[in-house]
Amino acid sequence: MINAEEMAGRAEPSPERPFLSIENLAVSFNTEDGVVRALDGVSLSLEKGRTLAVVGESGSGKSVTAQAIMGLVRGMGGHVSGQIWLDGQELTRLQSEEIQALRGSEMAMIFQDPMSSLHPFYRIGDQIVEAILAHRKVGRAAARKETLEMLKHVGIPAAERRIDAYPHQLSGGMRQRVMIGMALINSPQLLIADEPTTALDVTVQAQILELISALKDEFGTTVILITHDLGIVADVADDVAVMYGGRLVEVGQTSIIYDQPEMPYTLGLLSSIPRMDRELPKRLDPIRGNPPSPINLPAGCVFQPRCNYSDRVPGGACLSVRPELLPTSPNHLVRCHLPAEERRAISEDVRRILAGAPK
Amino acid sequence: MTAAVEREILRVTDLRTYFPVRSRGLLPRVVGQVKAVDGISLSLNTGETLGLVGESGSGKTTAARSILRLIKPTGGQIELDGTQIANLSQAQLRPIRRKAQMIFQDPYNALNPRHTVGGIISAPFRIQGVEPPGGVKAAVQELMERVGLNPEHYNRYPNEFSGGQRQRIGVARAIALRPKLIVCDEPVSALDVSIQAQILNLLKDLQEEYEIAYLFVAHDLAVVRQISHRVAVMYLGHIVETAPRKTIYSAPLHPYTHSLLSAVPVPDPRIQLTRERIVLQGDVPSPIDPPSGCVFRTRCFQAQPRCASEVPPLVEVAPDHLVACHFPITVDEVAARARAGQIEVPAAEAPVAPVEAPHFVEPGPPHA
Repeated sequence: MINAEEMAGRAEPSPERPFLSIENLAVSFNTEDGVVRALDGVSLSLEKGRTLAVVGESGSGKSVTAQAIMGLVRGMGGHVSGQIWLDGQELTRLQSEEIQALRGSEMAMIFQDPMSSLHPFYRIGDQIVEAILAHRKVGRAAARKETLEMLKHVGIPAAERRIDAYPHQLSGGMRQRVMIGMALINSPQLLIADEPTTALDVTVQAQILELISALKDEFGTTVILITHDLGIVADVADDVAVMYGGRLVEVGQTSIIYDQPEMPYTLGLLSSIPRMDRELPKRLDPIRGNPPSPINLPAGCVFQPRCNYSDRVPGGACLSVRPELLPTSPNHLVRCHLPAEERRAISEDVRRILAGAPK
Repeated sequence: MTAAVEREILRVTDLRTYFPVRSRGLLPRVVGQVKAVDGISLSLNTGETLGLVGESGSGKTTAARSILRLIKPTGGQIELDGTQIANLSQAQLRPIRRKAQMIFQDPYNALNPRHTVGGIISAPFRIQGVEPPGGVKAAVQELMERVGLNPEHYNRYPNEFSGGQRQRIGVARAIALRPKLIVCDEPVSALDVSIQAQILNLLKDLQEEYEIAYLFVAHDLAVVRQISHRVAVMYLGHIVETAPRKTIYSAPLHPYTHSLLSAVPVPDPRIQLTRERIVLQGDVPSPIDPPSGCVFRTRCFQAQPRCASEVPPLVEVAPDHLVACHFPITVDEVAARARAGQIEVPAAEAPVAPVEAPHFVEPGPPHA
């Protein structure tokens, strides 16, 4: 799934560009306090039909990545550079009407809070019909029939009646289903889900995750899932991109990220999470300190101030030189100055402790 | 009295908190009741953590607030360190409050933005009229140091701190008077994972140092496993199962506990691949009109006719392991049924017509 050349943003545009290819994407915002560098040099690609999980803490740039793909950053006053190729089309240079035509048809997005995409004033059925009519030339009756089918499809009980309900008359899980139905109504090629289950209870979350997987299998949709929950990632993702301080710090297939993580930040995340399925040592081993401010990023490696291993890098490179995202093994990229053998040794140590071995 | 009884700090018996549902209009009438907490009993020893888990609407937050008398309960007893507090007046409660404190979920809203950190953390001293040896400022700075804040930031305002640091301020305020009990309502759910782990470690350290008992209310089952000694599972106002930590996670008996545990994805793709998920249908029923008999029966894969007519009592099936179910089921039996494809949850008899949103009056005292 990952082509190292393209990941580094060096490849020339080629006809065999993957379905989604982000090349050297940077996003910044001018604020009163200074320039917020929300994204810097993000390059990644995704094959059709796969699910990519983007993980990171608040301020890591995961949501901005999604907003940039959807063409929403300019409207928020952000400055975008780099390229985003979706199915052979470059998105960052499109006019706003052109990207609007793609939004909701080629690509769609679902959010943490369903009320952010449902209008409280209109019946849910009418809102979905509207989404159909905005992109396709079909009659209102046909659109309504299709809407009803979709509501049944996403598991709304008694859809015949609920089609005329207002958003506030539905429960949170039900609204999430409506929003997913609305996002999928025009069979988008790409679905971006930004924390789609964070506001939901676990049993409802389970329903929604099953629904997204089932619909993905059925329609062959490519999914980008933005989440902070490493359990959900393990459950649904094919590939994982770990973000920190506005850049990708580790990218790879899901099994690789969990079995052989190499970036100290990824290791820190895995050591920070309590486990539901096993007894852990009394104290967790969290990453120390706080995430960096995107206005005032540290020089050198952005993770250095919280990293336990930067003293092992000769010459103090972590303090002065920004590391590159480089391949470490097939389908696995890491942004870290540590030598590969050192990273693997550290990773093994940490994973042994996580598996229950004494320190 | 035995030593074990003497160490008990909190005993809640048959606690009930109902909220009236009023009709709309000029002269609202009480037309029903939301039974947010409907007869729960629990106890807590010094230095112990009881995790109270459940989904939204289960009544766990109402239970926690009722126990601290932030909401007046409708009925039942609350014994805090030997004093019955369920029926005390606010004035009578004030001296009791130094024994029990609370940490809130949202560190952004729990702190007054116009007060300095020093003012916030010293408030308990002022309110209780306590003059710590060495003066208030020294005591506050010592507290700040203890929870991992820089004491020099005494005069800063909450907006100058990150979410994790604000939660540390909340913790410092809660431990200021050396309470015997702290009720933590989702204290880490608004925090990033690395910060969440820091706060969990801090809470554990403070517990060991000061022998504080925690009533830890949370929906995140992994977090609860990390911090709790015992766990109680709530559903629709009732405790359906309670057991020591290891038992609840490895040998639960209530079908709802099984469903809840199976729904949480585990951060390990290989394990996740082999897990069977019990997907519950529908939503939690309305607490205005809960199902007859067992409240979980409408979504339960074990439900039988008896469950509709008879309320299952919470009975002790093993030491410290209590279950309220007519047909408890072991992990092995659930796995066997899942393999045979027999975990069928009947489709919920959901109200088909959209429910008119009731006009709630909360969280005022229900008897006002």
